[in-house]
Amino acid sequence: MTDLWDGLSRAFFLLVSLDADLVEITLRSLRVTLTALLIASLIALPFGALLAVRRFRFRRTTIAVLNALMGLPPVVVGLIVYVFLSRSGPFGVFGLLFTPTAMIIAQIIIIVPLIASIAHQALRELWSDYHDLLISMNTTHIQRIQTLLWDGRRALLTAALAGFGRAIGEVGAIMVVGGNIDHHTRVLTTAIALETGKGEFAMALALGFILIGLAILVNIAIHWLTQTEREGRW
Amino acid sequence: MKRAILGAVAALALSTAALAEDMKMAVTTSFHNSGLSDILLPAIKQDLGLEVQLLVVGTGQAIRLGEAGDVDAILVHSRKAEDKFLAGGYGTHRREIMYNDFVFIGPKSDEAAIATATAATDALQKIAGAKAPFVSRGDDSGTHKKELSLWSTAGLDAAAFDGWYNAVGAGMGAALNTASGMNAYIMSDRASWLNFGNKGDLALLYSGDPVLFNQYAYLPVNPAKHPHVKTELAAKLEGWLVSDKAKALINAYTINGETLFVFNAKP
Repeated sequence: MTDLWDGLSRAFFLLVSLDADLVEITLRSLRVTLTALLIASLIALPFGALLAVRRFRFRRTTIAVLNALMGLPPVVVGLIVYVFLSRSGPFGVFGLLFTPTAMIIAQIIIIVPLIASIAHQALRELWSDYHDLLISMNTTHIQRIQTLLWDGRRALLTAALAGFGRAIGEVGAIMVVGGNIDHHTRVLTTAIALETGKGEFAMALALGFILIGLAILVNIAIHWLTQTEREGRW
Repeated sequence: MKRAILGAVAALALSTAALAEDMKMAVTTSFHNSGLSDILLPAIKQDLGLEVQLLVVGTGQAIRLGEAGDVDAILVHSRKAEDKFLAGGYGTHRREIMYNDFVFIGPKSDEAAIATATAATDALQKIAGAKAPFVSRGDDSGTHKKELSLWSTAGLDAAAFDGWYNAVGAGMGAALNTASGMNAYIMSDRASWLNFGNKGDLALLYSGDPVLFNQYAYLPVNPAKHPHVKTELAAKLEGWLVSDKAKALINAYTINGETLFVFNAKP
């Protein structure tokens, strides 16, 4: 229990003194996860919309597989990405293993199914409302997807934030593909794992509290930027 | 305001790391946990302008990384695995740098009475005889291999042990955490133990048998197998590691007044 208080006070002092290492790994955490989130959203949101408006042969199977992949074990994703990016693997020539880029790739794979599934669920409801209107206006598939994405943006934000939450707190995959190299690929979660390994529980908890605080801050910031949950709007 | 924040986020996402001369080296957890790397790396950067990026893993994984060509050099401590690595043609040569030693840690009450053991193997026989809880790394690391070889020297078969023997399959720190939680015996390198923050009711009970000395060696990855490895930088680093500067830093490194490493590279 004393570790908890030590952790809280340590977190406070790290924040107040703007510890250089802390700022560095926090910014790296943000950079990796926000980049992964941006790319994953660009893939997953249109894909979720496509699944809502289009009927094709293996649609049900695709949706079922997508839902199942929401629970992808990160450490397995990490290992698979590792094997592909290793110098003796198919993409070894790019030398991407143990770089932030490798961590971004792993996180994209982890969160795309999650974002696509939630987006699809939300847009399916919307599509049943818009179906007759959009069909009668003789719109193309692209136009229908654009309309759904724009009018469903609040629900899609939730999908993206769920993806952010999974990526920022993830440690298994980025530990394997990033290697937790100091000043290069160390982020908040891998630093927490390292401090735990050293038996420095107070420091590990301090970093944990900062990670939780960061997740809350980013969520608040995004809500503020998109003006949701405000008077006269929702 | 909004645009400024979005711009800042985009800049954050797009900025790339500055390019500097760097190389990757896989090292064992025990080397890194000792804290010696925090002394050596800044000195290397200052003297050679070389940024050494450390991948902290067990010896088993370090060797795998070297074999796959994912690192430029490895610094490990398991003679058998090193010889196999060289025999496979994955490394150019093996250079001994320094040694430290292993110690036996256990509960202060010491129910197996290993504090009075006459040799490392005697200590292990006492633990097995008392069936006292024992935590093993179980991760194919140098420390784990050493522990297994000690069991077999003591005439015991680690694979046949029952409930009291716990192979946790984790790094030194995590294994020490487990031992601390279970109040169990464990074999650790001295550096990791001294730097460990969660000692709980554990204490250092036995050390000093020469069989417990632990030789670290530096092995550059063979460019004939992996043309992309930075052989020149690896050679530069080797030159520094065997220099008088490194010798002074390594021999002078202490925790709580205890010397941890003894430099023994031949110039």
